[in-house]
Amino acid sequence: MYAALWRVLPGPVWLRIVLVFVLLTAMLFVLATWAFPWVDSIVNNQEVTVGSP
Amino acid sequence: MSERADQPPAEATRHAPRHKSRPRLSAVGIIGEVLITAGVLVLAFLGWQLWWNDMIMAGQQSKAAAEISQTWIDDERSSRDQAADTPQTTDPGESAPADFGDPVVREAPPSAQSFAVLYVPRFGADYHRSIAEGIGNNVLNSSRSGIGHYPDTQMPGEAGNFALAAHRSANGGGMHLINELQLGDAIYVQTADGYYTYRFRDLEYVAPTAVDVIAPVPHNPDVAPVDRFITLTSCNPLLSTAERIIAYGVLEAWQPTSAGPPAEVATVINAQAQG
Repeated sequence: MYAALWRVLPGPVWLRIVLVFVLLTAMLFVLATWAFPWVDSIVNNQEVTVGSP
Repeated sequence: MSERADQPPAEATRHAPRHKSRPRLSAVGIIGEVLITAGVLVLAFLGWQLWWNDMIMAGQQSKAAAEISQTWIDDERSSRDQAADTPQTTDPGESAPADFGDPVVREAPPSAQSFAVLYVPRFGADYHRSIAEGIGNNVLNSSRSGIGHYPDTQMPGEAGNFALAAHRSANGGGMHLINELQLGDAIYVQTADGYYTYRFRDLEYVAPTAVDVIAPVPHNPDVAPVDRFITLTSCNPLLSTAERIIAYGVLEAWQPTSAGPPAEVATVINAQAQG
């Protein structure tokens, strides 16, 4: 999977490394902006009150 | 074979060993990579939830609290300036600054509205969060508040129990350090009317079903209240929902906005004024 990604990336090794970092950053941005808040709203595991929820 | 023979020999030797040592696709390899990715994603989510988003929300909640607090102080100042002819309206001319009589008690605000600011020096010298009505996720997970007031409990300064809930971790972690409160620690509540100084008494660990802790007299739901309590509730142990940690306090003093903030939080509040 990741080996295939590495082969798909164009250019010399240094460019591929740069591209991998760009992809990782973009991935983290998407996760933190949309994916994680959405998961957080579903997985409500933070009960802090007493009484019936 | 014939194609490879056509290529220059150097190219062939470079390609041939790579194919032998590294198979292009293997089911086990792919499953392994998917599992590693899933693990990294879960860790990334936890990191986001417990540190990154927690930190961002804590900052936003502090900022929102500073804004609302400053609005009250400015409102009071401008109303005092307008009523400059009768400057003693808020102060009964006895010049007895220590006693301002019975605390002012407000009507409960509409749901999800911020109506008070909480200052707990033990939680951090510049700790301040706004308190909103209700204990739903729209309050507890809000970047404007983070601290919820149990709707059917009393208001600040009222005889009975001013009961609050907040997260221990994540979503700004309004009560992250609740377990570090010590006897006599101040818990300040600021409203549009003034400052209520509560003193922390003790902690208690209860089951999530223990609704008695937010009764007007904690654990004695049938007794008419005389004292003015504050009760903070959060989850316990840290990161778990198995129990609730409860912190009780008793009202010690009240002073109107015109009298200025209590000395211990004056620095925080004056710092807000400068931005």
